Amino acid sequence: MGRFVFKLPDLGEGTAEAEIVAWHAKLGDTISEDAPLVDMLTDKATVEMTSPVAGKLIEISGAPGDMAAVGAPIAIFEVEGAGNAKAETKPPPVAAPVPVPEAPVAAEVSEPRLVAVSEAATRAPVVAARAIPVRSEGEKPLASPAVRRRAEDLGVKLNHVVGTGPAGHITHEDLDAFIAGGGSGLGHASGLARRTAIEEVKVIGMRRAIARQMQEAKRRIPHFAYVEEVDMTELEELRVHLNATKRSDQPKLTLLPFLMRALARVLPAYPQINARFDDEAGVVHRHAGVHIGIATQTTNGLVVPVVKHAETLDIWNAAVEVARLAEIARSGKGSKEDLSGSTITITSLGPLGGVATTPVINHPEVAIIGPNKVVERPVVRHGQIAVRKMMNLSSSFDHRVVDGYDAAEFIQRVKAMLEHPATLFMD
Amino acid sequence: MAETITTRLLILGGGPGGYVAAIRAGQLGIETVLVEGDRLGGVCLIRGCIPSKALIHVASKFEAMAQAAHGANDGVSLAEPPLLDLGKTVAWKESIVDKLNSGVTGLLKRAKTRVISGWGTFSDAKTCHVETKDGQVTIKAETVILAAGSVATALPHIPFGGDVISSTEALALKKLPKRLAVIGAGYIGLELGSAFRKFGCEVSVVEALDRILPLYDEPLTKPVKAWLEKAGVSLHLSAKATGWEDGELIVDKGGEALRIPADKLLVTVGRRPRTEGWGLEAMGVDMAGGFVKVNERMQTSMSGVYAIGDLVGEPMLEHKATAQAHVAVEVIAGQNRRFDPATIAAVCFTEPEIVSAGLLPKDAEALGHDPVSAIFPFQANGRALAMEAGDTGGFVRVVARKADHRVVGLQAVGAHVSELSGEFAMSIEMGARLEDLAGTIHVHPTLSEAIHEASLRALGHPVHI
Repeated sequence: MGRFVFKLPDLGEGTAEAEIVAWHAKLGDTISEDAPLVDMLTDKATVEMTSPVAGKLIEISGAPGDMAAVGAPIAIFEVEGAGNAKAETKPPPVAAPVPVPEAPVAAEVSEPRLVAVSEAATRAPVVAARAIPVRSEGEKPLASPAVRRRAEDLGVKLNHVVGTGPAGHITHEDLDAFIAGGGSGLGHASGLARRTAIEEVKVIGMRRAIARQMQEAKRRIPHFAYVEEVDMTELEELRVHLNATKRSDQPKLTLLPFLMRALARVLPAYPQINARFDDEAGVVHRHAGVHIGIATQTTNGLVVPVVKHAETLDIWNAAVEVARLAEIARSGKGSKEDLSGSTITITSLGPLGGVATTPVINHPEVAIIGPNKVVERPVVRHGQIAVRKMMNLSSSFDHRVVDGYDAAEFIQRVKAMLEHPATLFMD
Repeated sequence: MAETITTRLLILGGGPGGYVAAIRAGQLGIETVLVEGDRLGGVCLIRGCIPSKALIHVASKFEAMAQAAHGANDGVSLAEPPLLDLGKTVAWKESIVDKLNSGVTGLLKRAKTRVISGWGTFSDAKTCHVETKDGQVTIKAETVILAAGSVATALPHIPFGGDVISSTEALALKKLPKRLAVIGAGYIGLELGSAFRKFGCEVSVVEALDRILPLYDEPLTKPVKAWLEKAGVSLHLSAKATGWEDGELIVDKGGEALRIPADKLLVTVGRRPRTEGWGLEAMGVDMAGGFVKVNERMQTSMSGVYAIGDLVGEPMLEHKATAQAHVAVEVIAGQNRRFDPATIAAVCFTEPEIVSAGLLPKDAEALGHDPVSAIFPFQANGRALAMEAGDTGGFVRVVARKADHRVVGLQAVGAHVSELSGEFAMSIEMGARLEDLAGTIHVHPTLSEAIHEASLRALGHPVHI
């Protein structure tokens, strides 16, 4: 019998560490080679690591939420044959057990936890497994005055709470479990009830990646914002026309492909804006290719898939690519390739676009464009009040490498293209 | 001098409901005005619970001394019978009342309650006019708590006046009547009747029902009845008082007319909510069977008007009123509160005392609890024997559900058992099971051991019986 130490391999593209999302095996499990072992989250994506060997898992390092460095041992197997490690290099596994939650770890990651209910969380399944409270119709629920008072404060009718105590006694823990199960929102509760629960949500996984990225961007980059209004009337007419006459195999067009087209056309004149700034090295990488990050809201949070070489895509192909990436982002199946390498980002809230935004630059890029909502507004045009489809175009730039004058000029060029959509297609 | 006050909260009545509401309101920072037409403290402090307990205490002391004069078997004897100066007793009682009254005054001052002394009358739900010694004061309030209490019920054919007295006057008698007739064998009539008997009065009690203390079952009232008989109280059950003529109470006992001569006639046929004389009819609140109708948050049908205590229903007990006062004020303060007790325990300071919390066995049966009940007699309790309380026929009884052993009722009859009421109520509020009572170590030597033993007995393994 030998020991096999599994070290976290290089997950690519400069990843130095990764976060443990979920273990698929627990201590003592015997697993086969290539069986799912652990999910690791890098800055870019969740990667499922499979077991490198067949054997019994005798040691694991780290619980979900913990970071593991590349090259660090994350699991030790007991294997047939020699293994890859000498037994004495590590303390005996039995003497050094790593605490691992008994409950399925996935639940810990995705479920927010109420502060007061650590116990309730683990016993919730037990409660659920019980059939129905053993109270007959109209019988008063049994609970101490303190529990009754707390229930009133929370707006909970105890009739709906399962009592796990002797004789169906409702304990504080039962009330906690009921609330943790979302019970307090039942229609019977008073809308005026005082809400005192405080939820403790661990910032881990994707949320931690987003938090770190945002903090980094705001800490490092001196942002400045610029907002200009754009008359979208003609472009909207064109878009409606194209959607009405498109072939059935062509995608429905949103504003996005047009904006991408405009960026691809204008950016060559502003190489300092289509760039990635390695501020540690003090080097701006100005890209000839336009790689547009599309900020996408998913159930897990913000993801930015990247449309590579937008300058090569016509309107239709751009729409197809945006749709493909959105699907990938939402399903969480984005490859590293799909999720990295952008040189500028578009962040659009669509119908929620509002009047103006101050978007946060997707570090290490230096610019981000945020179209706001298109609305009909009265505007003065040729000395007349006219109803036009107006849209504000918000943007942020990294003032370290982009001057305000250049940024304004760049946005004015984009505006001109959007207002005269024919120019989008003229060389 | 006419004055108009506007306030957040107006409380009508300075009894246990009203003054506790005012103190709680003060704690919650609610500006409060309290109107009281009499002295602060209400029936309970001024002319009810506390004064009667003082009188009962003195009566028991006098009785013990009188027995000592006959030579008691505990070795204490008096050469001469004790002397009673009822005037002094009443003055002593008054000193206690004064102490409590000034205590309440101080508490309200600390709570920053503005107390207006005078008779208040509402002209609408939020406006109250008070006749004070300095002129009329008009109070306009955002919120009102009605805590007007109750008054003794009069018999239409035997109205109060002269020698026909209520408990209020009975507690203020300066001279001991030689013969006292009592109508009503409820707890007030029997408490006072027994006390006067101990003072040496000839006491007759007339009760229309065929039993005393109808709120309790026969096992609980039996020791009381035995004491009344032993003490020489003439008890006329199934007897109807039909009139009061020339110092004689005329009684119809199953068609047979009795005439009971008496110096004073104490009428204790119950109490009714004080719903008249202060403009309740102008407030637009709904009534329910003579009481002001409230929901479990103590809200009346009129928005912003709350009512508590005797005014809103049975049981007319001090501790219910104060509990409701907390609920009402906290609801006014925006908290989510309901008056939803598991039990309101009640005590009878008869000889011996009775205490009851939760359900009697027959009530538990009727409610489908399928109960088991067990008693433990004080005869087998050392402490009871050591204070000459073992031979009154007293006991502790526990009532629990057979299915899950949940305690649904606890009762006791015997000397000093009123002090067991806390454990009784607590057990029921906390949802105790027989095992909880049996598993709690009760101090020896105390009467409370009987609770432990009764629970063990209900579980089938008592020790001392």
